Parts: sequence; structure tokens; C-alpha cells
Amino acid sequence: MTEQSHLCLVCDGELDIPDDVMENELIVCPECGSELEIISLHPFQLELAPEVEEDWGE
Amino acid sequence: MRVALLVTHIRAEEKLLLAAFNNRGVSPDIMLDRELNFDVTAGAEQLAPSGIAWETYDVVFERCISTSRGMYALAVLNSWGLPSYNTYETAAICSDKLRTSIALARHGIPQPHTRLAFTPKSAMTAIEDVEYPAVLKPVTGSWGRLLARVHNRDSAEAILEHRQTLGDYNHHIYYVQEYVDKPGRDIRAFVVGERTIAAIYRASNHWITNTARGGMASNCPVTATLHEICLRAARAVGGGILAIDLLEDAAGNYVVNEINHTMEFRNSSEPTGVNIAQEVVDFVIERIGVTA
Repeated sequence: MTEQSHLCLVCDGELDIPDDVMENELIVCPECGSELEIISLHPFQLELAPEVEEDWGE
Repeated sequence: MRVALLVTHIRAEEKLLLAAFNNRGVSPDIMLDRELNFDVTAGAEQLAPSGIAWETYDVVFERCISTSRGMYALAVLNSWGLPSYNTYETAAICSDKLRTSIALARHGIPQPHTRLAFTPKSAMTAIEDVEYPAVLKPVTGSWGRLLARVHNRDSAEAILEHRQTLGDYNHHIYYVQEYVDKPGRDIRAFVVGERTIAAIYRASNHWITNTARGGMASNCPVTATLHEICLRAARAVGGGILAIDLLEDAAGNYVVNEINHTMEFRNSSEPTGVNIAQEVVDFVIERIGVTA
């Protein structure tokens, strides 16, 4: 699996994005731990993931 | 076969489910709960976020991480007659620990001694009725959030005061359980229809054993006894695709702790050797009975 490089919105750290990533998947910055959501693949766009809410979970 | 996969985001589980659907020649349409905008006074002829009418979907597979969004979406979709996994009724029971306890009690299924109270004063009585240590839980919530194990009257008073002062009305519903002195682990069993397809032990030095909180998963053999209580528990909440959390009491008997209707399973296929996503997807396809 190859990876593309993009920068974290919070810390500018380098993110490793797997090639099989999907839109609306969450990734975690390995440097600062921020959770980010991939909102678009073409063009590639990230947003900060929403904060966990009280009713989240299984 | 047209499948709507309703999600908040794509997690590891949804990727596994999508791959399992693809293995059977089905490509679900992913619906984000943030994009839903239902006209509840109209019907299933209205368009889904995919641009296709809801009525053209054979099944809605609800996998929202947001319990409320998933549950209320199912309320609307089921009211239009759309089949779903799970159903609104099952989701509504499982998302509420009190309703789950009532369902288990009505079906005579073993569970921890549980009491309900509405004020700090009556909650204190409830805590002392189940005896220390007691466990306080919000009636909704997951991942072990805001659980409290209460060892004595001092800590009970402090927690009750905090919940009454800082919490919203949901936290003024005092759901109190006896603490089950389990052997450093609990069990999560996966029930799909009438089968218990796999189970894991979740071991932790902490009394909260959720894998989201660091509990370690290992295979738990599905014995006839385990399957029997899991199936009864699943039926009690309406059945479907469920994860049953069980505790082993001091005598080694099972008690059902809670039931999850949008289960996470990313850590469970490897130790059990069961392809949980494929089992789930094959069940949905078989039940809907529409060819790809």
C-alpha cells in the first residue's frame, strides 16, 4: 500500500494517508493526535473531525 | 439489490462492511446522517441524499456513531415501511439502558440487580439497596463514559451532587446497578439473527473493560450455555445484528450487562477467526432476499 503525504490542519505535521482511504473517513495526526475527517478526495480536503458527543458510541 | 448505508463517518467497521458487500456484488450508497433532511409529513417517495427516492432502497443499514441520529432516522424510515437493520424498535431499546433492563427483566434474563430513581435522595437509597460497591450509569451513552463505581456513602453523595448540579436532565435519571465482581474480564458476543457467530473476552486491570478503553480482546468459545442466553437476550430486544455484553458473576453464571445495536467489531474478527463483517452482510442479503 502506498501513501500520500498531506499536512495536519492543526500542527502542520505530516499525515500519512493510505491509498485506500475513503471520503468521510477519520484519520489521526501521528504528531499531535488531532482527529481529522477527509471530506473530499478529489480535490483532497480535510476538516477537523467533530468533537465526540455524549450519544456517540456503539 | 439497493442498500443505503447510513453513517456518521466511515470507521474501520464500515470499510469492512463495504468490502463484504462488494464481495457479494453489492455497492451500498453511503448516506451521511448530517445530510439527512426528512419531510416527516410526506413519504418514501422523497429523495435520499443520494438523489434517489428512499422507496427504491431494499434495505437501510444503520451504522451511525451518533445513537440519536441513527435512532430517529430509523423511526422515520421504518414508518415509511423501509426495512432496516436494526429496526427502530430494537435501536430504541438498546440505546437506553433502562429500556434494555426492562426488556431483559420481562423475559426473565439474568442481569445485575438494577434500580431506578429520580432524585439524589432516592438515588442514595437505591445505591444502598443494591449495596456497595454500586455502579451509576447514564441511561444513554457508550464506550464506558461517565460510569462510576461507588464504594461508600461519601463518594455516592459527591457523585450524586455533581450529576444533579452539572448534568442536564438526562443525568438526573439515576440508573443504579450492583457491581458484579467479574474475573477481570467481560464477554462480548455477536448475535446475527438466531446465531451467536463469535464472542470475545475483554480483559482489563480496570473495572471498565471496553476495548475503547483499552480492554484486550481474546477469543471466547461460544458454548451452548452462552449461545442460549445471548439468543434470549437478542430476542428480548427484537433481534437483528447485536452485540451482547455479559458478565460472569462470582458463581460463574452469566448476566447480561447491555446490548449494542450498532456494534463495533474491528478488534474481534482477528482473535475469533470469524469474518464478522461478512457474516453480517450475508445475513442482511439473505433476509432481504433480493439478488444483487
